[in-house]
Amino acid sequence: MNEPDRPSPEALLRAAAQEGRGRLKVFLGAAPGVGKTWEMLTDGHQRREAGIDVVVGVVETHGRRETQALVEGHEVIPRREVDHVGHTLGEMDLDAILERAPQLVLVDELAHTNAPGSRHPKRYQDVEELLAAGIDVYSTINIQHVESLNDLVASFTRVRVRETIPDSVLEQAEIEVVDIPPGELIERLKEGKVYVPHEATRALGHFFSKSNLTALRELALRRAAQAVDAQMLEHLRANALAGSFAVGERVLVAISEQPHAAGLVRAGKRLSDALKAPWSAVHIQTQRDRHFTDADRRQLADTLALASRLGASTASIPAASVVEGLRGFAQDARATQIVIGKSDRSWLFELRNGSVVDRLVRTLGDVAIHVLPSGTPAAEPKRPREATRIDWGRPAHYLWSLLTVAAMTVLGRLLLEALDLGNIALLFLIPVMFAAATFGVRAGLFAGLASSLAYNFFFLPPNGTLTVSNPENVISILVLLGVAVVTSQLAARVRAQADLAGASARQNAALASFSRQLTIAATREELVQAICAEVARLLDVRTVLLLPSSDGPVLSAAYPPEDRLEQIEQAAAQWAIDNEQPAGRGSATLTASDWLFHPLRTTRGVLGVLGLARDDAGDPVRSDQVPLLMSLLDQASIAFDRMALEEENLKAQAVGERDRLRSALLSSVGHDLRTPLTTILSAAQEMKLRPSVELAEVVETEARRLNRFVANLLDMARVEAGALPMKPEATDLFDAVASAVHDTRASLQGHEVEVDIAPGVPLVRLDPVLLHHCLINLLDNAGRYGDPRTPIVVRCRRVPDALLLSIVDQGPGIPPGQEARVFETFTRLEGSDRVRHGTGLGLAIVKGFAEAMGLSVSATNNEDPHGACFTLRIPQALILATIEDREMS
Amino acid sequence: MKLRDKVLVVDDEPHIRRLILAALERAGYAAIEAGTGREALERLRAERPDVVLLDLGLPDRDGLELVPLVKREGDTTLIVVSARDATDEKVAALDLGADDYLTKPFDTDELLARVRVALRNRTTRGGAAAALAVGDVTIDLLSHTITKAGREVHLTPKEYAVLAQLAKFPGRVITHNQIMAQVWPNEHEHHVEYLRVLVRSLRQKLETDPQRPQIISNELGIGYRLRLVEGA
Repeated sequence: MNEPDRPSPEALLRAAAQEGRGRLKVFLGAAPGVGKTWEMLTDGHQRREAGIDVVVGVVETHGRRETQALVEGHEVIPRREVDHVGHTLGEMDLDAILERAPQLVLVDELAHTNAPGSRHPKRYQDVEELLAAGIDVYSTINIQHVESLNDLVASFTRVRVRETIPDSVLEQAEIEVVDIPPGELIERLKEGKVYVPHEATRALGHFFSKSNLTALRELALRRAAQAVDAQMLEHLRANALAGSFAVGERVLVAISEQPHAAGLVRAGKRLSDALKAPWSAVHIQTQRDRHFTDADRRQLADTLALASRLGASTASIPAASVVEGLRGFAQDARATQIVIGKSDRSWLFELRNGSVVDRLVRTLGDVAIHVLPSGTPAAEPKRPREATRIDWGRPAHYLWSLLTVAAMTVLGRLLLEALDLGNIALLFLIPVMFAAATFGVRAGLFAGLASSLAYNFFFLPPNGTLTVSNPENVISILVLLGVAVVTSQLAARVRAQADLAGASARQNAALASFSRQLTIAATREELVQAICAEVARLLDVRTVLLLPSSDGPVLSAAYPPEDRLEQIEQAAAQWAIDNEQPAGRGSATLTASDWLFHPLRTTRGVLGVLGLARDDAGDPVRSDQVPLLMSLLDQASIAFDRMALEEENLKAQAVGERDRLRSALLSSVGHDLRTPLTTILSAAQEMKLRPSVELAEVVETEARRLNRFVANLLDMARVEAGALPMKPEATDLFDAVASAVHDTRASLQGHEVEVDIAPGVPLVRLDPVLLHHCLINLLDNAGRYGDPRTPIVVRCRRVPDALLLSIVDQGPGIPPGQEARVFETFTRLEGSDRVRHGTGLGLAIVKGFAEAMGLSVSATNNEDPHGACFTLRIPQALILATIEDREMS
Repeated sequence: MKLRDKVLVVDDEPHIRRLILAALERAGYAAIEAGTGREALERLRAERPDVVLLDLGLPDRDGLELVPLVKREGDTTLIVVSARDATDEKVAALDLGADDYLTKPFDTDELLARVRVALRNRTTRGGAAAALAVGDVTIDLLSHTITKAGREVHLTPKEYAVLAQLAKFPGRVITHNQIMAQVWPNEHEHHVEYLRVLVRSLRQKLETDPQRPQIISNELGIGYRLRLVEGA
């Protein structure tokens, strides 16, 4: 038993999803003419007087004056004109309403089908979007447009309406029944006060009969009561007030590719509503599915989609037989009710195979099974069933069968002396079983027939004729034929199971390889590429992957490569991201798109959207591929989630690193700023008493040091901000080195700088200012760490794919193993006994600037003379070709 | 008749103004000051200084806006002062008509040298430039002759054009654009690499040690300057 006082999580989730959404009120009528629109407009006026911002989204007045008068009191959003095969249709302007953002919008005829090319095929989907935007909606509908009642209404009115809305729309709505007595309605009809579309005039007499109207009225009232019931139940669940409600009931609808399966789905929906039970629709894939035509597949997909719209969870699972699959699924899902259609197979088939229903009843003891007839209540055009193609097999099969029979005949003749006739007959079982098991039932039967004939002709007396003298021998012939049938059936079943196991194994292998591919993707780019390539390969479709951004979805990967998508595809992708629902071809939204877009839903929201399309512009995903696609999407979403998590971790690490740097910076700044400042301050105070050139020089030196330090701090800040302004221009390394040597002459006192650059060195494309800072920091470093009075060498060498610019000092060099560490911020190498002024920033700046320009920098130790060597590597791409003389003369 | 050259110092920092003023006074100039752009224009009109030292970072308006205004006021030499890495700002100021620039922080010696150069160019402007000696190199723009250590140096026409541009305003920085507009007057798009190659070959011909150029000095990302040897 459930704990009675705990709200069901699903109910809470649904309540949470409702928050911020608009509320829907539906004016439900039994038939046209009861005054739904009038009621809605009147109600709208009352709300308006109560201070609510009300607009009319769309209202059909059908030229009635009193309705027109009511509309005129409202603000009406102009309709959007749509051209459709020469006609101009006025459709509700969804975007204009969203833009206008009223509190309440009146939308007539909820079941209306929009003109082709609209955002949604159905008006109720427009209404969904309005509700999602937090706008309240009033709408109208007649009872026969409710999906689950469609069959029922058609069964007694003989009028089937094509425009239906899913029951789920009504379930979230407040329902007001607009009711007038049937007699009055018939009166209004006679007075011409009821608008009836032309095409329906013919059926009118029948539709508006008193008995029909009474039945419809009852349906409407009952449906409204049921909705109140459901809403009450939802409320109870969410608020945990429930004492008890039906628990454990679960409805399972078994569907096939037959058109009447839609009827089963609707029946299942009614049953689940009545039991207030969750329900599923399942298709069991068996061997038969392989012979499905495209029409069959489409029918099946439509039925599954219908079930999904009506609120069922749907599945399509492979199994060896329908019974086996249903049993497994029913047990897993703990179904208590199964709805199944009566097979329209022949009595012969059922006799041979046993009816599915019988076997289900036998295997599932405690499950209630509802068997519905396959006939459809209203004459729906019955699809001519395609003749089952008989697989006659290849001639070689028959030849082989015949050969083995011949071989047995020869063997039999040879053994005739030793064996009696009955045993010879047994010998003929061999070719029959061989043919039946290897080539199937028809070749088996053929072998059986051939064996009987051979046995009869060659062995049964009278020999040489096909006459059977002894009735016993008739039995031998029948046995041979029977063995052929049974063996072939058994063998076929074994093969079928092996095939299914193979298919299932292939699917599992595909999923496994997909997930492996996604796991090895290290970056988001690799991940989106892998998803596109793998899905394209596994489903044999074209794929694109778009990532959401503030400027709309951005095409991030495609397989095969695709540069851009059309406007409508972009819109569909955006819609899929915004609504977390599939959009595009084969979905319910923006079906004019060639692509089908599935959002990759994760716990962080939609992180991407996968688009699929087929070259022949058919439906992107075959119905039998849907389960695989769903698994792939799940895996892709998980991979995206994982990637996002890793990125967040990295970001957190980077933040940690930055914090470490910041504290190191603060301690370094504290020391390096205060030391020269202290010297300057005390020197200045001293000079007030005693003017002194010597002290002035101290101030000057310290001020210069401070200047260098501040400059370096600023440079480092720019490196770390990652926003170095780059203005690369043709630069002469001579100039660059000469300027750097000139600017560091003060700090390089005691060191001679030898420049060793060949006169013909090519120009390079670098930012001169950044290069200058690299060089002065390297020279400064060499001056600081080189032994006094030793020269510093600047040399440039051409290697095959680069220029190497090195600054070499003579001194202790870099402690072994520290070569890479020297470029880290605030590293001052330990183990130096001399006090060396420096900030620990210089080499980090060199590295930052060099990398920003596309250079790499390395540190090594030189032997003989011993010292450090810092090398900037200028890659070939930054080296300019020699300039033609023509420009120079 | 003016006795002393007059220098207007525009800077929003009073301490810096005071120090610069002191240095200028000591060097024999008449120095006046302004703390804002508005004040600078007022003093410029009232006092007609010979040289303006303009800091580009002013509180009331963008220093770059002032450059053409100052130049329009008349025959004044304008030296802009800006922070170390503001290369773009300096090039813009020079192309707008500023005569030279100084980088903050600067030496007093450097400042005085720039003012001297500015005033000298002012006296020779318009008139035929006299023969110029830089180290052992003499440049005679009238006779188009260049000598090094007494021997004539042969330059290609483009090399000469570059050198002539620099020699017209010795000691003053000439931007890449200014040089290239003269050397390749018919080209809309200028390529610094051509200029670099010309300067390199000029140095091969004129410098004693081309590795350490003493005659043509490079101003990072801005242009070139003919280095003036004091007292020459």
